[in-house]
Amino acid sequence: MPVTTIDGHRIHVDEEGFLTSYDEWSPELAERLAAQIGVTLTDAHWKALTFLRQDYARQGETATLRRVSTQGGIPVKELFTLFPKKPAKKMAYIAGLPKPHGCV
Amino acid sequence: MRRLLVLGAGTAGTMVVNKLRRRLNRDQWRITVVEERDRHFYQPGFLFLPFRRYAPKQVSKPTERLLDDSVELIRGQIWQVDAAHDRVVLSDGCELPYDYLVIATGVRPRPDQTPGMLDGGQWRRSIFDFYTYDGAVALAPALDRFDGGRLVVHITDMPIKCPVAPLEFAFLADDFLRRRGLRDRVDLTYATPLPGAFTKPIAAARLGSMLDERKIAVEPDFLVERVDGHKLVSYDEREIPFDLLVTVPLNVGAEFVARSGLGDELNLVPVDRHTLLATGYDNIFALGDANDIPTSKAGSVAHFAAEVFTANFVEHAAGRPMTGSFDGHANCFVESGHGKGLLIDFNYDTEPLPGTYPVPGLGPFRLLRETAVNHWGKLAFRWMYWHLLLPGRPVPLPAHMSMAGKNRPEE
Ligand SMILES: Cc1cc2nc3c(=O)[nH]c(=O)nc-3n(C[C@H](O)[C@H](O)[C@H](O)COP(=O)(O)OP(=O)(O)OC[C@H]3O[C@@H](n4cnc5c(N)ncnc54)[C@H](O)[C@@H]3O)c2cc1C
Repeated sequence: MPVTTIDGHRIHVDEEGFLTSYDEWSPELAERLAAQIGVTLTDAHWKALTFLRQDYARQGETATLRRVSTQGGIPVKELFTLFPKKPAKKMAYIAGLPKPHGCV
Repeated sequence: MRRLLVLGAGTAGTMVVNKLRRRLNRDQWRITVVEERDRHFYQPGFLFLPFRRYAPKQVSKPTERLLDDSVELIRGQIWQVDAAHDRVVLSDGCELPYDYLVIATGVRPRPDQTPGMLDGGQWRRSIFDFYTYDGAVALAPALDRFDGGRLVVHITDMPIKCPVAPLEFAFLADDFLRRRGLRDRVDLTYATPLPGAFTKPIAAARLGSMLDERKIAVEPDFLVERVDGHKLVSYDEREIPFDLLVTVPLNVGAEFVARSGLGDELNLVPVDRHTLLATGYDNIFALGDANDIPTSKAGSVAHFAAEVFTANFVEHAAGRPMTGSFDGHANCFVESGHGKGLLIDFNYDTEPLPGTYPVPGLGPFRLLRETAVNHWGKLAFRWMYWHLLLPGRPVPLPAHMSMAGKNRPEE
């Protein structure tokens, strides 16, 4: 597993840069990860990210867009505005979670 | 008498009751299955109906005839599972108590979940699905009439049953149009919410290049928000116009699953992926498409899982630990047109790889390669389905995936 250093913190990531260790994430790190992919975090972003982190802790898997919208109460349309083009991937990346399966 | 209640007499439910009927003592066990339809459909056959390669009568049989005589069949619609009291309530109010429950009610296409799809006035006029018997039958004359323009094959969201079926449809449509001399007059587009033709990289590359070879345009990462007349509109405001749309609507588990508090956001039952025991319960299992395991929703998965489940169930009901563990094994023939097909074989951990199946080195089937033998395998499967799989007879294919005969291409 590759290791990378951001702001002096060593973090474990997969080939595509998704964090592989739930506990190595922090809100500050999220700001940095978001900036890397051109996203500036607002309260609305944080609502989605917080849901994603909490849901992952319960389910052991990264939530799909449909799940974020039905269980987390954020419409899919809004997710596309907050995290343009590939919201599922971008949210997972910033939230420090594995890339969503997209199912087989 | 102990009571096993199975919900749904589709692929999984039928196999399981027939298998368990042989394993469970008739004086001690009563096996009941509840099903709302009186006909059982061979769903893989739906792919061939629009192209008139199968006649409608080849894809269905009366449900009752497929069940062992000593299995009790109740015709009815399931309304709710009352897990706290170990009973199931039907829409007519009838209550069925159980000791063990198997949920095998599958998933079904729900065009009503996408605005404008069912209610926009184009359903079964210029918008069709082939995931239902009625849809596949209605598409045949629409394809006959189609003489050029934009044909779009579309997936609404994942997961869907048989994730390769829309690709097969696109390949067969290409073949169909070529045979009729119409291919030059048609723009064929494959619109998918996935980043490419398939999820796993090696198969995605192979299937993606097969789309290229056939000049089928791919619109990846396309998540539909609504259908607007003759246009698909995505959440990121891309538009795909069509003259004929063949869509796979959102696939959702049965309503009663949600009503019973047993489902996730798609009404799928969360289960242990190795034993298929519903999360939080000791006497409820979910088999086939109805559960949330991370492998394909396919009849082959239902079959391999049922093998492991049957042995486990006998142990579980005897109060012993379940020793079998399902590995997510799936295999699917992928019809590619021109009398050929591919085969893919994979599980939770191993993506589809090239090679041979089931006998290493010999096959006769080739993995991830187009051959005529694979196509014949796909057609022969219908016979196997009715005569071996559904009756629960032993099939000489190991339930667990094997690496023998597979090779991993060099990076
Ligand atoms: C076009 C197409 C092509 C396919 N091709 C392949 C293929 O090549 N290979 C492959 O392996 N798989 C293929 N599949 C997938 C395969 O058909 C399914 O995965 C399989 O049928 C799943 O079995 P199941 O028992 O879980 O669900 P089903 O077979 O769908 O059975 C569910 C049953 O539950 C009943 N039911 C549901 N709700 C209720 C209720 N509330 N009350 C009473 N009864 C209810 C339904 O009437 C149905 O009979 C294909 C599917 C389609 C649509």
